[in-house]
Formats: sequence, structure tokens, C-alpha cells
Amino acid sequence: MEKEKSPEESRKLLDKITFDLTRSIVKRDELTNFWYFILIMFALVGLWGWGIQVRDGLGVTGMRDYVSWGMYIANFVFFVAVSLIGFLISSALHLLKIKWSKVISRVAEQVAIAGVALAGIIIVMDMGRPDRFLNVFLHGRFASPIIWDVTVVTTYLTISVLLFYLPLLPDLALLRDKGSDDIPQWKRNVYRILALGWKGNAEQYKLMAHAMRILMILIVPVGLSIHTVTSWLFAATLRSGWDTTIFGPYFVAGAFVAGVAAVIIVMYMYRVRYGLKDYFEDYHFNMMGKLFVLVCLVYLYFNINEFFVPGYKMKTAESIHLSNLFTGKFSTMFWATQLFGLFLPITLMVNKFFRKPLPITIISVFVLIASWFKRYIIVIPTLEHPFLPVQNVPENYQHYAPTSIETMITVFSFMAAILIITILAKMFPVIAIWEYAEEKGISREIISEPKN
Amino acid sequence: MEKKSRRSFMKTLGVSIGAAGVVGGSSILNSCTQVESTSGDTITLLTSSGELVKVEKSQLKPADIPSLSENQKRGREGLPGKKFVMVIDLSKCRNARQCMKACQNHHQLRPEQHHINVLEMQDAENTAPYYMPKPCQHCDNPPCTKVCPVNATFKREDGIVLIDNERCIGCRFCIAACPYSARVFNWFEPRDADKYKGVTYNIEANVPQKKGTISKCLFSADRLRDGKLPSCVSACPNGVYWFGDQNEDAVTNGTTHETTSFSELIKTNAGYTLMPDLGTKPRVYYLPPKDRAFPFQGEIEQHHS
Repeated sequence: MEKEKSPEESRKLLDKITFDLTRSIVKRDELTNFWYFILIMFALVGLWGWGIQVRDGLGVTGMRDYVSWGMYIANFVFFVAVSLIGFLISSALHLLKIKWSKVISRVAEQVAIAGVALAGIIIVMDMGRPDRFLNVFLHGRFASPIIWDVTVVTTYLTISVLLFYLPLLPDLALLRDKGSDDIPQWKRNVYRILALGWKGNAEQYKLMAHAMRILMILIVPVGLSIHTVTSWLFAATLRSGWDTTIFGPYFVAGAFVAGVAAVIIVMYMYRVRYGLKDYFEDYHFNMMGKLFVLVCLVYLYFNINEFFVPGYKMKTAESIHLSNLFTGKFSTMFWATQLFGLFLPITLMVNKFFRKPLPITIISVFVLIASWFKRYIIVIPTLEHPFLPVQNVPENYQHYAPTSIETMITVFSFMAAILIITILAKMFPVIAIWEYAEEKGISREIISEPKN
Repeated sequence: MEKKSRRSFMKTLGVSIGAAGVVGGSSILNSCTQVESTSGDTITLLTSSGELVKVEKSQLKPADIPSLSENQKRGREGLPGKKFVMVIDLSKCRNARQCMKACQNHHQLRPEQHHINVLEMQDAENTAPYYMPKPCQHCDNPPCTKVCPVNATFKREDGIVLIDNERCIGCRFCIAACPYSARVFNWFEPRDADKYKGVTYNIEANVPQKKGTISKCLFSADRLRDGKLPSCVSACPNGVYWFGDQNEDAVTNGTTHETTSFSELIKTNAGYTLMPDLGTKPRVYYLPPKDRAFPFQGEIEQHHS
């Protein structure tokens, strides 16, 4: 925290910070409209595809009796993975008292909320009978990992929303009291309601800090659980490729890689689009780059364990699965994900140059795409090779290929996730104004004083 | 032997079934034919197992088709005191596929849906290939029922693993969990969906099938309740299948109707279960394809491990 400034200086600085950080809320131009149009249009096309799927049955997908989980489940795992970054940045790093990640907290929570919300929606879209969704609550059997997953995913969503909302309160009050006239009136009405009468006195700050601390500790086991339990959907079966004890930590480590990549991309977008060069500084990208290398190394370690150990032994069923990945049908996808998702980011980002904003963002895009395909080859190859031969069924039962309707619905999930992030960015400051102002030495009295 | 088989499996003479034909009949029961009716006290009826029986008219009453909830309730409980078991003699299988056909008819399955599938197997590179009919193994430690989030698939007292497709949400976790690929899904509207519209669901045959839900072999639990052998067992022309009750230690051959001791049969013929290392404890036993009655004529596909 910097030295206390004089009230005059403070007010001037606070105005500038508020102005910069509300640019995303004020800004509404052609590009914004176009962006919304694209997102909503593609999302609607996907929803239409889902309508067809509900009408005609899951047979409109490429899934059949052997590969009975396909792109939807891979996509579900991807979204759960991405959402885990909220836990890492806004809780784990905070609890470790790491300072630089503070400005990134809100971005991480946006990504977490969008990711986990979509994960929940995708699972419903994968159901053969979505109309019976309530059976999960009416007839839930607690011995099924699906019930555990439903439990932890909804808990994680709740805590993530609270972790986003609570530190937003002082900002909402600030915008309610001092927001510029450029902010649309309806948004200011929303702020007035959502601010819950925040006054900014010491007692309120104390309560908030207390609540935040509880939530940050609570989200540690819940966050670890969501992805561990998701991995158990596979590890709880007997199939080669899934039947492994390291799936929990392997998935968690992979989730951090995907999540860091997603957050870097969103940070870069905000930095460029909303002119936040002085907020998402080169320094933050540099630090994120270091974190990136760290989580990649951990993930690499788990990958080596996951593939080297069974590869060394080559048990019958495992060897079919592994040959399929290493040299068979999925080899291109497998080696591409290892190269672009792990090997290249590690080797490049140990150099300072590649931790600069633009290079690291480009790397992140590759890593994020690779992480999506990584989930694809975790789900599909195993199912294509059951223990007993696949016989007396049509050709399309033997190999899985996603159909256009499946692709449409998957595109929907991406568009809906980006839409959620966009709406959050357009509604609320992407960095906590009050927290940032405090870092700059502006006192709480000045932050919470009414407009003069 | 013949007598014993009747005692075990023909206890119910189909009186009530035959009577339904007299009283009103229904699409399910139209296979029962009234042969001759006398003006006296008795009536001669043809049971669905093909026997003529005389029954006192006063005993005739319409067959009760249980309500859905009653059907679901008794379907979950199973047949008291029974422990069903199947023995498949691989030395007899010549890939006639009558079992598959009968099964698909009984359970209203599409041609690509198999509750029982006759596989061409070869265990190792130089071993002899053979045919292996593969129904659901009705495991005593079933991986599929464990993972079901809504208890739509369950293990009954009598050893049968059943499905309630009025409850199934179609998550397909059970398919992923089953190492025997025994489960099928209704990816589209089931076969003859229009024809069976409005027919009350029978949990023990899993008919009518429902779009977006799971199906699999049920050991023809509805036929067992009527004292009959499963469809596949009865349909086999080659004496491959033995079916019976482990508590009685008796199994009956579906083709020859010969009844023998279950433990004796698997002991003398070195019976085994599929993939015992997985710990699933199947209720389906196999007799090795030794001294085969028929030569193997298929082409071995390369899809198995």
C-alpha cells in the first residue's frame, strides 16, 4: 500500500480510477452491438439444435451404444476445468497473501461463474430425458458420483457468485453515489438495489472481510472437489484409460492450465478494449506467465505418470488404448495437445519475452484450444475400445464422429459462456475500484464519501 | 427329468392367461387360443407354453394386468426365494442367432439393439475362434447399479438387474460403467412406438421401450414370473442355454428341457465367468468351447482386446 495522499490528491486520483474502470460500463458502440449480435445469434442457433435433439432423441448426435458419452461430456469437463481458476486466483493466492493477483480476482471469478454455470447447462443438454431432471432430487441416490457432482457444482457456483458479489458491494455503492452521468440510468438503478444500502463504514468493511475469509477457505475443498469428483465420473468405472487412481489430481492440475490460459485471454481483451494498460500491467502478465509455467510443470508431471507407467507395462486392454493414442487414430490429436498444451508453453514462457502481454495471450489461445481437445481424447478413445468386441452393429456404432447438431450445441455453450463474461464486464467494473484505490493510498473515508 | 422341469418352471399353468383370452383378450395375450369349450364344468385351454389343460370354469377369472405402480413395486422386489442363474455352453453354439431374434421380438428392439449378442471371439492369436452369446451378466456386484444417480437400475432379491425406464434420466453412466457392453440406449423413438402407444409399461420386460432411456437383458423377468424360461433360452435350437435357480441347484436346458444340477454342470465342464478379475461376480456362467459340435465359420474382427 502506498503512502497516504492528501484528500485533494486522493479525490483526483479516485476520479481517474473510477473513470478508467467504468469505461467498460459506459462504452457502447457499434462493436459492442455487433459482439452481442454474434454471441446471441450463435447461441440461439445452438438452442434450436437442442430443440431438434429433444424432439428426435439423442440419436441426432454421433453417440451410440459404445461411445455413449461424446463431445458434450468432453465439453462439460472442459468447462468445469476452466472454472477452477476462480478458486486458484481469488482464494488460494489470496490466502497465501500474494498481492499481485488481487487485480485479477474479479476476472477469475467472471470466468469461474461462466464456466461452472455452463457446465451445469451442458450436463442437462446431454441427458436423454431432460424432462426428468427433477428425478435427480426426487430419487437421488447418494452412492452415485453424479449426485456428488451435482452437489459440489451447485455449491461451487453459489460460493463463486458470493465471492464475486461481496467485494462488489463497495464498488456498487461508489457507482451509486459517484457514478458519472454517462452510465445509463437503468444500470444505476440496478446498482442502487444491489448495493444493499452499503455505507462504507468500518463495521461493514470488517464484516465483509470476515465473510470473504470464510468463503475463501470454504471454496478450497469445494473447488478441489468439483474437478476431483468430475474425474471420478470416469475413474469410478472399470474401463482402461479411465481406471486410474491419479485421475483426481491429474484433472485438477489440467484445470489450472486451462483456467490460467482463459484468464490471460480475458485480461488481454479488457486491457486492449477498455484501455486498461495501467491496470492489467505488463507486470501482471509476467506474473501470470510464471504461474502458467508452474501449473504446466505440475500437469506435465501428472501426464508422465498417466501415460508412462501403463505404457511401460502395456497390459492388454491398456496397450490397445495407448497405441491408439500414441500411434493410432488419435495420435495427431494426442501429440498436438501435448505439444501446444504443455511442451511449447513451458519452453517458451521460461523466457521473459514470451511473458509479455501479446505473446502470452497468443500462447494462451493455443493452450486453451489444446485443453479442449485434451478432454476430447480423455473421453472418446476409451469408449471406442471396450473389453468385448464391437460386433453386429452398424458402422457408425464403431467410431464416433460428432454431428452438426452436436457442434451447434457445443458452440452454444461457448457463446453463452462468453455472453455471461461480457454481460458481467458491461455491468460491473472488471477490477475492484475500492480495492485498487486503497492500494494507491486512498482512504476509505474518501472512497465512501458522497459526490460533491 | 421332464417332470422336475415342469415342477420348477411350469407351476403356473397359464390358467389366468388362457382365461383372459375367453374374457376379453388383449394385445399382449393374443397368443393364447381357446381350443374347445364344453358346456359342462370344465374348459380346455391351450397354455402359452403349448400344453392343453382342462380347467374348471368356476376357476376362470380375468388376468389382472397390474397397474403401473403395482408393476414397478413387484418388479423391484423380484420373485421371492429365487436366485436365477444362466449357463451358456459354448461348445454347442453354432451362431444360429435364434436367441437374438426371439429377444428382439420380446423386448421390441430395433435390429441394431441387442440385449443378447452372439460375438465371434478369439482369446489369443493362436487359439481357436468360437461363438459367444453375451447377455447381461446380472452381476452380484453390479458396477452399473452403483453409479445410477436415480436408482432407475437396481439389483433384485432374485439376482436380476432390472431397469425402470419410467424413472431413467438417460445420463448413460451405467453404459460407461458396464465392462460387458451389455446396455443399449434408445437413441431414437423405439421400434413400433406408435403401435405400443398407451400400453402400460411392464418393468419386467422393459416394454414398451422409451426414447431417451436405457434398456438391457432382464432374463425375461416377466416370463420367469409366469414360470417360463427366458425368450433366448427357449428359442435356442442347439441346446446352448441352461437356466434355473441356484437355490434349488437346478438348471433346465431350453432346447431339450432336460434338468440337471447346476453345480454339477459347471464342475464337470469347467464352467467359468467372464472377466472374473473385475470382481463383478456374474450370474451368467460359460462352459468352454471344447469339442465343439459345429465348426467356426465366421471371420474374426479385430475390435477386441
